[in-house]
Amino acid sequence: MIRTIKTEEVTKNIREMCIEANHYLSRDMDNALKKAADSEQAPLGKKILCQLQENLIIAGEDMIPICQDTGMAVIFAEIGQEVHFDGMLLEEALNEGVRQGYREGFLRKSVVKDPILRENTKDNTPAVIHYSMVEGDKVKLTLAPKGFGSENMSRIFMLKPADGIEGVKQAILTTVEDAGPNACPPMVVGVGIGGTFEKCALLAKQALTRSVEEHSQIPYVKDLEEEMLRKINCLGIGPGGLGGTTTALAVNINTYPTHIAGLPVAVNICCHVNRHVVRVI
Amino acid sequence: MDKHIATPITAEVTKELHAGDYVYISGTIYVARDAAHKRFMEVLDKAEEQFVPEQQNEAGRNKLADVLPFPLENAAVYYMGPSPAREGRPIGSAGPTTASRMDKYAPRLLDLGQKAMIGKGKRTQAVIDAIVRNQAVYFAAVGGAGALLSKCIKKSDLVCYGDLGAEAVLKLEVEDFPVVVVIDCEGNNLYETAVKKYAQET
Ligand code: SF4
Repeated sequence: MIRTIKTEEVTKNIREMCIEANHYLSRDMDNALKKAADSEQAPLGKKILCQLQENLIIAGEDMIPICQDTGMAVIFAEIGQEVHFDGMLLEEALNEGVRQGYREGFLRKSVVKDPILRENTKDNTPAVIHYSMVEGDKVKLTLAPKGFGSENMSRIFMLKPADGIEGVKQAILTTVEDAGPNACPPMVVGVGIGGTFEKCALLAKQALTRSVEEHSQIPYVKDLEEEMLRKINCLGIGPGGLGGTTTALAVNINTYPTHIAGLPVAVNICCHVNRHVVRVI
Repeated sequence: MDKHIATPITAEVTKELHAGDYVYISGTIYVARDAAHKRFMEVLDKAEEQFVPEQQNEAGRNKLADVLPFPLENAAVYYMGPSPAREGRPIGSAGPTTASRMDKYAPRLLDLGQKAMIGKGKRTQAVIDAIVRNQAVYFAAVGGAGALLSKCIKKSDLVCYGDLGAEAVLKLEVEDFPVVVVIDCEGNNLYETAVKKYAQET
């Protein structure tokens, strides 16, 4: 059965999601930050982690964005095959939601029209949108505003199959170490392994939208997530990069089949303001 | 150590600051990030053609500094681009941006009298050298704590470049604005020392 969804619905939801994402973190992120404040060994690190919690309270109560970099809006739209959209073009409806959300939510407009000419679009559009077709008659929207302090520190490595899992570990550690204080630690590290050049980057981005309390279903990947988190937290970078035992809150890894000749690895760094809101229409 | 300082930040003040100190700043600070810095350089380049190098201003500096839109001598510049203010508030969320993007411009401004930089993240050796040469200081504010930091900002006025939106130059009045000394006037770098202290073998 075909189900009709009005694109106004989509716009309205995205508008609300932009505001929500920039003022409240998801519960798993909240919990992770609380736990980190308890376990942090460095006095200054502990103080910073407590300030981050205070910051979250002020953000929610006074409606001040958690971070002034309210990001470029990344949207994952998973569209059920039985959905029919009525109204404007879906892409326009999504961008209209971003436009309204960033305006009404007093969010910063951080998007430039052209990467070289750099004129601000003044409404934070366009969003970066990833569509996929799935089963069913619903639309699942995930909005993840992405700050660029951490985005700028992300990397892609086209490893050789012979580099194996050790090569992957090295890639992750090098990226985190280079990112250091620039990426506003404690970070969340999203990793994509496999696919092609662009697919592994997408996997890494998607990994960031997974709960930081969940692990991969694949046993060796789960082990790798745990091992990498342990190792990253031994780097000493700490909260704000000012030294400590909490450098990352989680390492989320997604994998995909790849070519016999390759081992692509993408490491997408996110700061502690790891924003994502999910809604199903 | 916790310290309270007031602007302007002179060499007498920076001399007493050490990497790792927790400092509360009160007074006037200026806001500028990428696009504003690029314009500062253009203004300076243009002025350079008109001044003989040895001409000095009242502060005994090269007169070039006077062409900038705010008094540079002993100024603190905050690398930041706020979110829009809601009605009745001076500013929106207001945390630091990555300082390394200003590395290309910072030494020239420090040589012309700027004393303090507030941002987050690593600096190049050229910036560190300029800090030492000018007895300046680099402070880090907590990245991603823009709501909290906005509470220390009592007043915000546009200085210039309003067309740049979030990248305009602002003059802020701050009260007990919390920062950490990362690079002091002797070139000590907390990012390096503190990380080594907490690094563990795996
Ligand atoms: S990296 Fe994250 S916390 Fe830091 S300034 Fe950017 S969005 Fe904010």
